[in-house]
Amino acid sequence: MSLWVLVTVSFLMIHLVPGDPVRAALGMTAPTELVEAKRQALGLNDPLLTQYVHYLGNLLHGDLGESITTQLPVSETISQRLPATASLAVLAFLVAIAVAVPLGVTVAVATRRGRRRRTELAFAGGSVVLGAIPDFLVGVALVAVFAVGLGWFPVAGRTDASSYVLPVLALAIGPAAVLARIVRVEMLAVLETDYVRTARAKRLPARRIYLRHALPNAVTATLTLGGMLLASMVAGTVLVENVFSWPGLGSTIVQSIVTKDYPVVQGTVLVYGLGVLVINTLVDVALAVLDPRSTIGEL
Amino acid sequence: MSQRWIRIVKTPVGLVGLSLLSLIVLLAVFAPILWGDKASVVDTENLLAGPSAQHWFGTDNLGRDLFFRVLVATRLSLTLTLVATALGTVIGLVLGTAPELLGGRLGRLVTALVNVFVAFPGLLLVLVFAVIFGVGARGAVLAIGLAVAPGLARLCQTLVAGVTGLEYVAAARITGVNRFRIMARHVLPNVAEPLIVNVTITAGAILLSFAGLSFLGLGVQAPEYDWGRLMQDGLSGIFVHPLAALGPGIMVVLAGLAFNLTGEAIAGVFGISTPTGTGTLRVPTDETPVTDIPHDHAADGDLVLDVRDLSVTFPGANGPVRPVRGVSFGIAAGEAVGVVGESGSGKSLTALSIAGLVEEPASIDARHLTFCGTDLLEEPASGQTRDTLLGTSLAVVFQDPMTSFNPTMRIGAQLAEVGRHHQGLDRKKASARAVDRLRAVRVRDPERRARQYPFEFSGGMRQRAMIGMGLMGSPRLIIADEPTTALDVTVQSQVLALLQDVRREEGAALLLISHDVSVVADVCDRVLVMYAGRIVEDLPTADLRTRARHPYTRALVAAVPAMTTDIDTPLATIPGHPVEPAQVPVGCAYAARCPLATVRCREQDPTLTAGPGGSRVACWHADEPADVVTAEEALA
Repeated sequence: MSLWVLVTVSFLMIHLVPGDPVRAALGMTAPTELVEAKRQALGLNDPLLTQYVHYLGNLLHGDLGESITTQLPVSETISQRLPATASLAVLAFLVAIAVAVPLGVTVAVATRRGRRRRTELAFAGGSVVLGAIPDFLVGVALVAVFAVGLGWFPVAGRTDASSYVLPVLALAIGPAAVLARIVRVEMLAVLETDYVRTARAKRLPARRIYLRHALPNAVTATLTLGGMLLASMVAGTVLVENVFSWPGLGSTIVQSIVTKDYPVVQGTVLVYGLGVLVINTLVDVALAVLDPRSTIGEL
Repeated sequence: MSQRWIRIVKTPVGLVGLSLLSLIVLLAVFAPILWGDKASVVDTENLLAGPSAQHWFGTDNLGRDLFFRVLVATRLSLTLTLVATALGTVIGLVLGTAPELLGGRLGRLVTALVNVFVAFPGLLLVLVFAVIFGVGARGAVLAIGLAVAPGLARLCQTLVAGVTGLEYVAAARITGVNRFRIMARHVLPNVAEPLIVNVTITAGAILLSFAGLSFLGLGVQAPEYDWGRLMQDGLSGIFVHPLAALGPGIMVVLAGLAFNLTGEAIAGVFGISTPTGTGTLRVPTDETPVTDIPHDHAADGDLVLDVRDLSVTFPGANGPVRPVRGVSFGIAAGEAVGVVGESGSGKSLTALSIAGLVEEPASIDARHLTFCGTDLLEEPASGQTRDTLLGTSLAVVFQDPMTSFNPTMRIGAQLAEVGRHHQGLDRKKASARAVDRLRAVRVRDPERRARQYPFEFSGGMRQRAMIGMGLMGSPRLIIADEPTTALDVTVQSQVLALLQDVRREEGAALLLISHDVSVVADVCDRVLVMYAGRIVEDLPTADLRTRARHPYTRALVAAVPAMTTDIDTPLATIPGHPVEPAQVPVGCAYAARCPLATVRCREQDPTLTAGPGGSRVACWHADEPADVVTAEEALA
């Protein structure tokens, strides 16, 4: 269902643009014959249904059409640029998890039952503020401090490992803050449950109680939101890539929107949407695996 | 309503949020009027200048003052945000109420579509709509408004669905009020508060989206400028002076926070109604009188558990509250001791504090607390040794077997970890022992059962498994806190019989907590009767029905109907209510409900005094006959 809507929306997008998209792309000064030829090449003169069937058929072959401006196949551009974006998103996600889960658990254990009020306040305040700053602003701030000010990392571009540091951080900090808050709240709830009391009655080592008994139960509840965060991270690459001139899909989509290169926009939107769908599915699978009550068959 | 708004301002979050918000609104209204000219003055002497006394944030490529430009940009940023919020809210409301108004297949289709769109991140939707509506401020408003609509629609659907199930809506429907009227009059007003909260928070997100979109060059176009546009212009000059990009960024963050904090403050005030004044309570601050009556029951060496003067204290709003006030008793090896009392008598807390399961902020005090000869009060030289002792020799069975197992671990693994951590068994041996123990508590097909999760067990089966978990070691004492209360009556007796069998086979002592006198009478050798955090009587079970000396014990026993009781006989009852731990009176805590109470009872607290045959009682009028009060009399 979601997939069908995604494909259909990306198909219809070009038809919903007011006026003639080809005329818009080529500019008012382009000769009428050229526009007409382009329309013909894009199949825009065929009935809508025929175009739709064509579009679906081409999709199955991995054919996303070609760019109006560069004439390059869209699939080629995407396969060139996808790795940069995917590596950025995946790294940022891993960093966010690696920071948020231990932090959330530690703060939950340290502040439960009203202990260490100040730690709790500092954590709550810090995570609200960090979570509220949009990723591209974090990016700009990071560039200003660590690239321009201190010169530790490159300002922009994708060269070596060090060029990853700032974009990954820019993407990861906000979600990490939000995730840490969720983990903490879930952990606090789980730590008050009867089964954690049972685990304590068994005199298990504290580490086992927190990591084996409490954490998996907190994670099941956290995962749904974690998935949404990851999905929004994928979209967040669009902005962050533009801050760092990162040669990924995010830069591509913005450029192609500005230059009205609709086939490229269609293709990239499709890829981003697919990425989100894959993440949502993975979250569902992970939930099913972690929660013994649900069975994979019910998915 | 207005009082609530005042409460919002009184919370720190609300105060900060609303102040920030008012500041931004003031800026939006007045900045263009006051500084509109200054923001567009071209100063060719200072192109792309850094911050100075003249230009706080520096200047742009035309030498225009960036500080004033940031202030002036407030109006456009805020206006766009509000317009998009309004658009998104209206569409969200329409889509959100549509399933209810349209009903049937069409309604379900709307729901399904909204769900599909909610799955995609907002920014992606914004980009798609931006393509359709074109680059520019107008396109951005439409794009962002449409992009937030699915989220609001979904929220609205959920809220509406929650309210339409309620009786008053059903009543309106039955009386023939039409759907639109029901929605407008009965449903929407009742979901308004959470909607307002979420729209406020959404407005914050919209503000950030606009900044993002303009920053990408897809939103506001020159010569107009909002914060995002200023940031984009500043980014190219970030080497020269970072403030050009960071200045507008700071405003974006502040404005976003203003919306978020305000939203959360409203949510906090509307969501949680804090209890008002609780009146003045008498708090037992004076030291509890020593109730140290040595239980000459057995020599100390034979005692599995020896408790003297155990108290549990909680910090309270009006000073400390002490639900357990100086409890002393011992349990001999293999002995079954029951603790009875009404809820709030402190019986469960007594049991949990012995097991070391009472946590902060409660604190436990005792003059003496030993288990199997080990002092539990002293900080042990080796925590590991004590944990192993308690982990293997003390078994705890909890009240609710449905919630006392970890839902994400297999039953077998939950048993086996005791063996692995305290008995040095390897994984395989521990699993084998877990299966063996499940068999010992009469779980059928234990190999298969051990691989199952708690949700696949019935309540009675779980309680068996819980007992089995206690048998992983070789328990000297089993503490069972209301082990059958959550179970069916038929299962109750099975679990009790199992406890008895296990006790005999293992030679373990039993501390059985129950509010049910007949359960304790069936299982235990001795009964401790608790009232208001004290033991008021300690007697052999055999004496319970005939030779109880405390009027409270007698009332408790009388309140239990026997199978032979004529059903026409009025049920016996204890008039009045149990004492709240925070309101323990001077004198005997039971005096207010006691038919024998005299002036002395209301002034002096009786201590637990040893009587014949090792029994103990705390009453000035022990052994005096008292009439049993029937329920009818109590109501009259």
